[in-house]
Amino acid sequence: SSQQRWYGPDNYKTQKPARRPEAESAAVGVRMQGARRYGCQAPGCGGRPLSLGAAQTLINLTGAGGSATTGTLHSHIGCSPGHPAVQSLDAAEARVIVGRFAMQRAAVLVRRGSCPRASGPWVRSHSSAAAEASAALKVRPERSPRDRILTLESMNPQVKAVEYAVRGPIVLKAGEIEMELQRGIKKPFTEVIRANIGDAHAMGQQPITFLRQVMALCTYPNLLSSPSFPEDAKKRARRILQACGGNSLGSYSASQGVNCIREDVAAFITRRDGVPADPDNIYLTTGASDGISTILKLLVSGGGKSRTGVMIPIPQYPLYSAVISELDAVQVNYYLDEENCWALNVDELRRAVRQAKDHCDPKVLCIINPGNPTGQVQSRKCIEDVIHFAWEEKLFLLADEVYQDNVYSADCRFHSFKKVLYQMGHEYSSNVELASFYSTSKGYMGECGYRGGYMEVINLHPEIKGQLVKLLSVRLCPPVSGQAAMDIVVNPPVPGEESFEQFIREKEFVLGNLAKKAKLTEDLFNQVPGIQCNPLQGAMYAFPRILIPAKAVEAAQAHKMAPDMFYCMKLLEETGICVVPGSGFGQREGTYHFRMTILPPVEKLKTVLHKVKDFHLKFLEKFA
Amino acid sequence: MASRVNDQSQASRNGLKGKVLTLDTMNPCVRRVEYAVRGPIVHRALELEQELRQGVKKPFTEVIRANIGDAQAMGQRPITFFRQVLALCVYPKLLSSPDFPEDVKRRAERILQACGGQSLGAYTISSGIQLIREDVAQYIERRDGGIPADPNNIFLSTGASDAIVTVLKLLVAGDGRARTGVLIPIPQYPLYSAALAELDAVQVDYYLDEERAWSLDIAELRRALCQARDRCCPRVLCVINPGNPTGQVQTRECIEAVIRFAFEEGLFLMADEVYQDNVYAEGSQFHSFKKVLTEMGPPYATQQELASFHSVSKGYMGECVQAQRVVVVKPELVENFPDHCHGSTVPDPLPRPASTHALPCRCGFRGGYVEVVNMDAEVQKQMAKLMSVRLCPPVPGQALLDMVVSPPAPSEPSFKQFQAERQEVLAELAAKAKLTEQVFNEAPGIRCNPVQGAMYSFPRVQLPPRAVQRAQELGLAPDMFFCLRLLEETGICVVPGSGFGQQEGTYHFRMTILPPIEKLRLLLEKLRHFHAKFTKEYS
Repeated sequence: SSQQRWYGPDNYKTQKPARRPEAESAAVGVRMQGARRYGCQAPGCGGRPLSLGAAQTLINLTGAGGSATTGTLHSHIGCSPGHPAVQSLDAAEARVIVGRFAMQRAAVLVRRGSCPRASGPWVRSHSSAAAEASAALKVRPERSPRDRILTLESMNPQVKAVEYAVRGPIVLKAGEIEMELQRGIKKPFTEVIRANIGDAHAMGQQPITFLRQVMALCTYPNLLSSPSFPEDAKKRARRILQACGGNSLGSYSASQGVNCIREDVAAFITRRDGVPADPDNIYLTTGASDGISTILKLLVSGGGKSRTGVMIPIPQYPLYSAVISELDAVQVNYYLDEENCWALNVDELRRAVRQAKDHCDPKVLCIINPGNPTGQVQSRKCIEDVIHFAWEEKLFLLADEVYQDNVYSADCRFHSFKKVLYQMGHEYSSNVELASFYSTSKGYMGECGYRGGYMEVINLHPEIKGQLVKLLSVRLCPPVSGQAAMDIVVNPPVPGEESFEQFIREKEFVLGNLAKKAKLTEDLFNQVPGIQCNPLQGAMYAFPRILIPAKAVEAAQAHKMAPDMFYCMKLLEETGICVVPGSGFGQREGTYHFRMTILPPVEKLKTVLHKVKDFHLKFLEKFA
Repeated sequence: MASRVNDQSQASRNGLKGKVLTLDTMNPCVRRVEYAVRGPIVHRALELEQELRQGVKKPFTEVIRANIGDAQAMGQRPITFFRQVLALCVYPKLLSSPDFPEDVKRRAERILQACGGQSLGAYTISSGIQLIREDVAQYIERRDGGIPADPNNIFLSTGASDAIVTVLKLLVAGDGRARTGVLIPIPQYPLYSAALAELDAVQVDYYLDEERAWSLDIAELRRALCQARDRCCPRVLCVINPGNPTGQVQTRECIEAVIRFAFEEGLFLMADEVYQDNVYAEGSQFHSFKKVLTEMGPPYATQQELASFHSVSKGYMGECVQAQRVVVVKPELVENFPDHCHGSTVPDPLPRPASTHALPCRCGFRGGYVEVVNMDAEVQKQMAKLMSVRLCPPVPGQALLDMVVSPPAPSEPSFKQFQAERQEVLAELAAKAKLTEQVFNEAPGIRCNPVQGAMYSFPRVQLPPRAVQRAQELGLAPDMFFCLRLLEETGICVVPGSGFGQQEGTYHFRMTILPPIEKLRLLLEKLRHFHAKFTKEYS
């Protein structure tokens, strides 16, 4: 490679100076500056440095005087020693160069585990400059010059351990296949369907008109005088702009978020729960992911057995496992009950926490409701039990409620943890620490790209609030356009306003369609032998269990793949459908699943489901 | 509920009132984080604003926030073209409106076509929309006189802060003396110290030379590095150019020396170049590290690892006035790195108009990018993975970045207005830089280096010993004491130098030069008077 061509002691021997004649004929000579830093700068030399051997020879020769040294220097790198510029190097300058090589040499020895001051012929004979240099060196962890500083080996090990299946290898593969299709490569399908991520607009869902109108007005306030925008949209836009610095979305906001938007969020929560919410407890974030990782960051501490343990459901949304690895916290799994529609069982929580106490300090309990990827919606009773458990075990509660608008089953209702906590009475509501999360990305609006979101914290220690604001302030502020989008979500048109009717129509259309698709998906999957799908009570995903025959498991192992990864890869390659293997979310040993969004338009979704069915039957047959 | 009541009494016995999350139990690294730009002084400013609204009498009628580089909050008008394109992207029905110029519509359509479902509301790939990364690459190529940039080396981010933290996160490893050390300038932008505290990396300070207009000195870098090797493993060198808070613009020679130093010492280079388009002083010129690195030829060009950062939040982007000495290395030469290209320069065959592309702040949109050079391919994958956990940078910020890197061309209908708007903003900033330096240097006890670039002045203030003593009695840093008093008496909010770091015994503050010029003049006068009064009071 070009890098090895240019630099490195070992190359010296294998690569003879190919351009030597050029170098000799060059009248330009060696540039002094170049010679001071590692060797020759003559045309043709390209600044090639000395080999270690050459450096050692030089060091041995230093006593013989400057001119010998510089002559050797250049003969070793392939230039003519008779160069006028070479001769003009005086002894002092040569010593500078030699000193540096001695340092380099010493560093290599250190890296190899031998001491730079160990006795050896070259050490004893080096010049005083070199001796000083090597003394100044001390123990200096050095790379060999051609090594990169940042490599897989040297990088942050926690970051390396991070896995994020939703955008993992299967999605990279999907990208490659799309490129191939674009280049005209023939496939058994004409397009890749990305059912891997809950990205509603990418699947053709139309944005809510009112939301986009207000956003457009905020972005380009000249439109405020346009007659083609409704008055209520203008009113909202003016209100948001007035709360922004310089009346512009382009200004930084307070780190916690724009004041009036936090007030609107608090009013929204109060309406939703019938329990008061305080704007001071609201923090706007860059999507919910940002809030979740920020709170976890605050919570992780201790070493060894007292390292913070974070309890997460299995299957989980892999943001949690990714952030836990990044923070080097201890992941404590509790399993959701697939036989019981993925319900959360407090006995299982108890088991998990008991076992975890042997090796860490469980401090945090994460709940995803409605569930991702399970689609399960927790009952009020279940939430009460969880809160009681958290109170009993002194756990900080994280309630990921980003799918709160996405509840489809007739017998299910969303209950916020905050509401249940308050309704359980003073002992709980004044003690249990809770952070709950919401975002603009899901629900009926599906505005993922704006990265809007908020968290509400309850019973957070006042000093910790200060720490939280400080931590948020380092990133200055969440995107103001995302904050504005959040505001419109929590403060939609009300009856009597011009835009109300259209807004409700659009919202109900989206949610009604999703409910239809949830039912359709469940029904179709359950007709397929070897696929079992729990009802999709909420959220945007199906997480069916799939039977993978023993032979396929063997084949997967031969490919060093998890069996469900193998299955999903095959599905992608044969049908163009991109889903995420269950192993990326976690599942009981020996069971296999995949997560698929139900976001494609109804007709397309039907096609997708039929394709999956056909694929699955073929797969079973092939590996029977 | 009976059992619960029992539990409650048990709870009281167990002392369950204690919180899970307290200062004692929280992440100690986060606790160590300090961030002066939004620290206590800003909190006090907020309180004062509240008090003013409540009608409390103060010796001033408004709080002037000169603490942060937020141009639009200071009344700078947004550039029409940007906002028009963005409005069309947000609400595509406007594409049929006759009120928008054709080039605006074309831009919006182009961006929307690159978005999933043609909506800004869809997630993008984690490194950012491919089309926009290509536009950024072209922008960098234009900026650097034709040196190629690869879109695959460009990652869009949520403002530059996000990208800086991501790259640092990758670099931090090891324990004890093998823990990663990161060299940062003093004074620095406190994002660095905050991120290092959070990541539990070792901060290694190198001091900029105030006597020489805050320039960077290699001998000082060497000193810092040598001393640091006793306690950590220095692997990263951060450079801020143009400087924040110093406003210093590095010379080409300095940049070359820094690159050589990083190469010799095995340091990963991080170049924070968010103020690259804010260069005011005559004779100063911005050189990107990428450009200098490439022009230095191998082994630097082929091996030195570099991440350079830019954002849409700060000042002005586009082709700066670099017409004095346009240097280009022919792309085909750079690709092959033949021996003779080292250090050779070929005049640019296409002289560029000596125009400036002055684009104003877009802080709130949080758009930015990082370009990585010579990064290990595997590590680059890890970086993409890490970014994917947060899904994607905000799409409106990405769209805005696209417009900033490809502004209207002279043939397009929006060009004239765009040009007029950006030049107005740029000229005014240059005038304000000059004014600030001038007024400060007329005041006894205040000394201000020339504001060559960026958006701040960082004057040194003399504080009388009795003021220092008084501050110590109050448990405050002397310059914090000064700034707090300034805020209480004049309503002017500036950040004490101690938040950025300074040589022991010297005192500074950072002030933005963004307020409108008349307001700035007034502000400077007030500051000068206050300093005189303060000095008198404590002498």
